[in-house]
Amino acid sequence: MARNIIGYKNIWVYAEQRNGKLMNVALELIGEGRRLSRELPEEEGQQVYAVLIGDSVQHLATECFEYGADGVIVIEDPLLKNYTTDAYTKVLNDAINEMKPSIVMYGATHIGRDLAPRVAARQDTGLTADCTHLDIDIEEYIDYANKNTTLDTSKINKEDPKSLGLKMTRPAFGGNLMATIICPNHRPQMSTVRPGVMSKREREVGATGEIITYKPSIAAEDIKINLKDVVKSAKELVSLTDADIICSGGFGLGGPEGFNLIKEFADKVGGVVGSSRRAVDSGWIDHSHQVGQTGTTVKPKIYFACGISGAIQHLAGMQTSELIVAINKDPDAPIFEVADYGIVGDLYKVIPEIIAEWDNAEAIYEAATK
Amino acid sequence: MAFRILVCAKQVPDTNEITINPETGTLQRDGVPSILNPDDANALEQALMIKDQYDDVEVTVITMGPPQAEAMVYECIAMGADAGIIVSDRAVGGSDTWATSNACKAAIDKYVAENGDYDLIFAGRQAIDGDTAQVGPQIAEKLDIPQVTYVEEFKLAEDRKSVEVKRQLEDGYDLIEVQLPCMLTCIKELNAPRYMSIGRIYADKDIKIWNADDINVDRNIVGLKASPTNVFKSFTPAPKEPGIKLVGDTEKDLAKALLINLKKKHAI
Repeated sequence: MARNIIGYKNIWVYAEQRNGKLMNVALELIGEGRRLSRELPEEEGQQVYAVLIGDSVQHLATECFEYGADGVIVIEDPLLKNYTTDAYTKVLNDAINEMKPSIVMYGATHIGRDLAPRVAARQDTGLTADCTHLDIDIEEYIDYANKNTTLDTSKINKEDPKSLGLKMTRPAFGGNLMATIICPNHRPQMSTVRPGVMSKREREVGATGEIITYKPSIAAEDIKINLKDVVKSAKELVSLTDADIICSGGFGLGGPEGFNLIKEFADKVGGVVGSSRRAVDSGWIDHSHQVGQTGTTVKPKIYFACGISGAIQHLAGMQTSELIVAINKDPDAPIFEVADYGIVGDLYKVIPEIIAEWDNAEAIYEAATK
Repeated sequence: MAFRILVCAKQVPDTNEITINPETGTLQRDGVPSILNPDDANALEQALMIKDQYDDVEVTVITMGPPQAEAMVYECIAMGADAGIIVSDRAVGGSDTWATSNACKAAIDKYVAENGDYDLIFAGRQAIDGDTAQVGPQIAEKLDIPQVTYVEEFKLAEDRKSVEVKRQLEDGYDLIEVQLPCMLTCIKELNAPRYMSIGRIYADKDIKIWNADDINVDRNIVGLKASPTNVFKSFTPAPKEPGIKLVGDTEKDLAKALLINLKKKHAI
């Protein structure tokens, strides 16, 4: 269906907040949106706006500016205090109708993945889920593809209208395949983006910009569900996306008690505990620790994969880590194909030695390089 | 009057079994088994648990896909579903999530015209081939009913007019009460799907295959051409430079070799 796509301007980032605190992914997306906005054609505005929805959330605008937003759209109402699909969809949809952004990005959180499809369906536009790379400029896309993929970019027609809009790249088939999705004839172009994948800009203290106050039209009857309680989990908070070091355990641990060693390892190296899907599915550890296509995407400085065979869906969530260390009994485990350093051995013997020697690393290194 | 439950399901390739041909860099799908999407099995199980509890419950599985999807619908009926509907037509092939939800909406409208209103719709949170988690909410939008996604606990009220569910969040959960009818998308924490029963494997199967004419859907809102999103390019990720296998006579030597390398890279 051909649509009128003229007149849509700028990039919006849904600046998800919970309990008056911005989600990390919102700041990452503001940074990414800022970068992308400068690739928009001039007639499409070239600005990035953060959209804040909630009750008394305007104070968060400062943080949005400091991380790169040109403007902030504030949508406040007591009925928007907590996230509900009905209320947030309505006000965001109304605001889109009124201000016509060219692109809307959401963090692929449990809330972003609830809200975005509903808004996209109401807008009758496209939505691409869980993106890990975005481009507008076709040259930037070709550059990315040449460096990171097997794609033959010589066949891309740069003049084709299909090459002009937002190019949204995401893993599919459990990370076995990457696909770049476009939304050529509908606006806004929408995507959810995996937390932890995009980089925040350096904070520019004192930065400021335009604030647009959008008065929502929302009534209690619009909200069809009754949110009885919002419960913060007592379970230990796992911040895999922020961790510099992750020690992950997999099925090779042999049982849930194996995570005691992984925890000890993580405590020693100042890291956090991750896991494979199989370990989670086996009930050995809570899903909040899961790294992979269906878990969390991570890119720490060091990723220790302990007893993890390296199913493709796991690799999809950690292979951009700066350094990957694999410890596994099976020399043919696929994890060794992505590992920078591989140790074939019994993790129950190797890890205690790493723990024992960790604090002596400096001395060992000096002795070895003398 | 019957209490009618629809379960949206999808037949998917088992992505754990997919490998990449190292020579051509292409996806090897041959011989990869097709399965009932895992989250959809949890959706079906929840419907069957309600059916276990009450005598008047009718559980109908609805899917869209090629005629081979019949094997999956067989499995669902062998687990305990009463009937299955397969929307299958070249006209709906290549649909993205928006177009898929339009086709499913049309099929559900036909179901309602023939059977009466549904009380509940369950779907899996997402399918493992695309991992989008979009079709459930988009069907709910097209049907204009409320949704709760990431359902990890479920309780049907005694009067069967509402449900109370826990919706999983990264840092806890929402406790939500919602009036029926509604769409609930389910995750694996919700339950443990049952196995097929021998008796039902051999039972007669009520399976209907509907084409685009049957569901009377506007051809401008389904299929590849109508889909707002298109695949621009697809490719396999570039292979990484080979790493180093550390050697050593003892575990201590291996540990030291690792630390030396991490130091060398200024990683620690």
